[in-house]
Amino acid sequence: MGCASALQMAEGGMKSIVLDQGDLGQGASGVNAGTLSLQIKRVKLMPYAIRGHQEWESMGDAVGFRKTGGYTLAFTDHEAELLHERMSLKAEAGAPIEFVSNSALREAEPNLADQVVAASYCAEDGYANSSLTGQFYRARLKQQGVQYREGFKLLGVEAGNDGYVIRSANTTVSARKLLFSAGAWLKSLTALMGVELPVQARVNTVSVTERLPMLTRSVIGHATGLLTMKQKANGTLLIGGGWQGRGTPEQGRGQVDTDSLRSNLALARHALPAAENARILRSWTGFEAHVPDFYPLAGKLPGYEDVFVLGCVRGGYTIGPYIGKLMGDYILERTTELPLFNPGRSFPEVVV
Amino acid sequence: MITDTDIAVIGAGPAGCNAALLAAEYDFSVVMLDEQVSPGGQVWRAKSPAILSAPETPESVAGESVRNAISQSNVTHLGGVRVWHIERSEDAFVIHYENAGVSISLSCRCLVIATGARETIQPIPGWTLPGVVGMAGATSIFKQDLIPIGSKMVVSGTGPLVFFVAAEQQRLGGEVAAIVTSNTLLDWIKALPAMLLRPGLLFRGLRWITAMYVNRIPIYWGHTVTRVEGESSVSRVEFKKISKDWTPQGQPRFIECDCVSLGSGLISAFESFQLAGISLEHNSDLGGWIPKQEQDGRTNVGGCFICGDGAGIRGSLAAETHGKLAGLSAVAFLGAKINHSIVKLRREYTRAASFGEAMSKLSIPRPGLTKLTTAKTVVCRCEGITRAEIEDEMNLGAQSTISVKSGVRAGMGPCGGKFCQTAITDLIAKTKSCPVSQIAPPTARPPLRPISVNTLAGDFDYSDLPISKPSPL
Repeated sequence: MGCASALQMAEGGMKSIVLDQGDLGQGASGVNAGTLSLQIKRVKLMPYAIRGHQEWESMGDAVGFRKTGGYTLAFTDHEAELLHERMSLKAEAGAPIEFVSNSALREAEPNLADQVVAASYCAEDGYANSSLTGQFYRARLKQQGVQYREGFKLLGVEAGNDGYVIRSANTTVSARKLLFSAGAWLKSLTALMGVELPVQARVNTVSVTERLPMLTRSVIGHATGLLTMKQKANGTLLIGGGWQGRGTPEQGRGQVDTDSLRSNLALARHALPAAENARILRSWTGFEAHVPDFYPLAGKLPGYEDVFVLGCVRGGYTIGPYIGKLMGDYILERTTELPLFNPGRSFPEVVV
Repeated sequence: MITDTDIAVIGAGPAGCNAALLAAEYDFSVVMLDEQVSPGGQVWRAKSPAILSAPETPESVAGESVRNAISQSNVTHLGGVRVWHIERSEDAFVIHYENAGVSISLSCRCLVIATGARETIQPIPGWTLPGVVGMAGATSIFKQDLIPIGSKMVVSGTGPLVFFVAAEQQRLGGEVAAIVTSNTLLDWIKALPAMLLRPGLLFRGLRWITAMYVNRIPIYWGHTVTRVEGESSVSRVEFKKISKDWTPQGQPRFIECDCVSLGSGLISAFESFQLAGISLEHNSDLGGWIPKQEQDGRTNVGGCFICGDGAGIRGSLAAETHGKLAGLSAVAFLGAKINHSIVKLRREYTRAASFGEAMSKLSIPRPGLTKLTTAKTVVCRCEGITRAEIEDEMNLGAQSTISVKSGVRAGMGPCGGKFCQTAITDLIAKTKSCPVSQIAPPTARPPLRPISVNTLAGDFDYSDLPISKPSPL
């Protein structure tokens, strides 16, 4: 999101520099499962997600974009009810989601489990290769002449003559305006500015198999959202769904929780029995930041006119490139195509 | 937390076995897990049951002795199992392992990691041809199956292993076409003082070398194999003289052969340490990236101890005593009063370690080594990634092992980078003109070995799945 904002600012003639504590695109955007599915987007965020899909499509091969279409499966009557209720609302919000018959599903995806009770389909769904996020944006920043520094460990921010001075161990950077778009690390950054944001991090688990014969061509999901699965062009099967690992952003990378992993893979096997003997090569976790109402933080940092914050976007990988552009426009003081989300709004007390 | 066992030891080589045996003497429950069916590790690898009556070797004798000790002890030995994940909680560790297709967990108060070493091979053109085998890999075949490899072998590499591989190939009825070693006689003379600490081993080494001269097998000191040639399998190797920094120079020469054993030294198998939460540091004298450690196998993770070659390449003699010391550290952590002489063990360890370290020094990579890997040479063999592809990715801006891995998939295949990461790290350091100690390996991810979906998912009913309530609409 930070990179997308910087590129938009460059387009509008504003000079910017991107600072990252690690490598570009190696936070949530580099380790998530890469699913681009309107079926798992929030109703109110659908206009953003639809435009997000257009952004990814335009990036194309450079980010491994594939529009495969996606099925969401229900295995029980209760799940079928849930699927109908949720997908109808999402379709009303503009996502081209339809319900499909079992025979149509079987024809398209013959290897899926027999126990499917109901399924929905969205032709707009697909995936991109999240591993390529860093490579892609690095190239784009270079091309647009936007400076970036990797391995920049921010130690403090001080008021300068005309803006702010950002300090790391061995260098300082001064800027008139600041944008914090550090995902799960937002909370500690904005705390440096004296603002406590109720940011929490989920620890999502993703796994990948060895290369397999082609078993499925679409993005496969589950009515509850607890499974995402797609087979990449190289034959590897990528399995996610937001099962929780352990750890906090402050402690570094999270850890895989074996109970979560077991359930995640059991659900994957239930949906695609043909994958039962596939070997898992790697499981990992990524931090997904959110605030109590699960809507984005996108706007001015409370109490500041020239400090901005962008993050906690539910479905952030899909929407990120688009909302990053909006943020760029906002900083450029242009009218944004869609409204942003005031970080200074009040949040519900109860944290889910 | 009530745990399944007091102490778990991962790895049943010289270090792990000795740690487990000593800990069991203090009446703690000890479980030792290992990938091989019988204890012994790589150096004391057991013979296949089909050939138990085959002649003894120093390795088989030492292995039998430790195997007997384990079977007579209270140590619970779990052989033929694969540890795939280590989880930490405040006062315990949970080890997850595969046994015959089933994933089992084992909790322990105290963990000893003795996962040993693996070999590293500098990629050269043709190193992926059938007929090329690692030097350590070759010794595994020799020890377990007592068969020679191919009919005519060229051995090329560093350290004492070149001579051991050549001697065993001959003893088992194979032919050795030549020994090509990057080390010079001067390198070996420098190692002599440390070798005199272990006259028995020195004598054994001299016997191997003498046998080569008696059998008129050429030894090319200060040379290296630069290319393996052949259509569908090895037919000959190209080799060259090397400079002091190991840059190949001069006219290529050729040796006909049908197999090649290559080796660029041993490195710590450090992924288990990473999963246990132990930080790594770089020490080129001890094989590169190794776990940070304090005396007697203590680490920055309370209750987790390390020993053997995984803690730094010092050889099997040092691993034995290091294992004992780590075993004592573990029981002391659990509150036992130590009645062994730690001082004596430390002295023994220092002596053995100085021998092992002198041997490791012979394999410290020199700057010219990366020149063996040409632009078109495959570096990551799982994914088929060449040196040129890795360098292109760096030229586009990737500056770390994580970026290179993400960008071109180098290290994303079934081996998880275990085969190629050393070469990739060296390439990154060379391209950035910085010391290799600044290029940290990527984050370790479970499973430590590929494990099937069935094994990981286990038996379950769909209705038993802990399906939480759906995400907000």
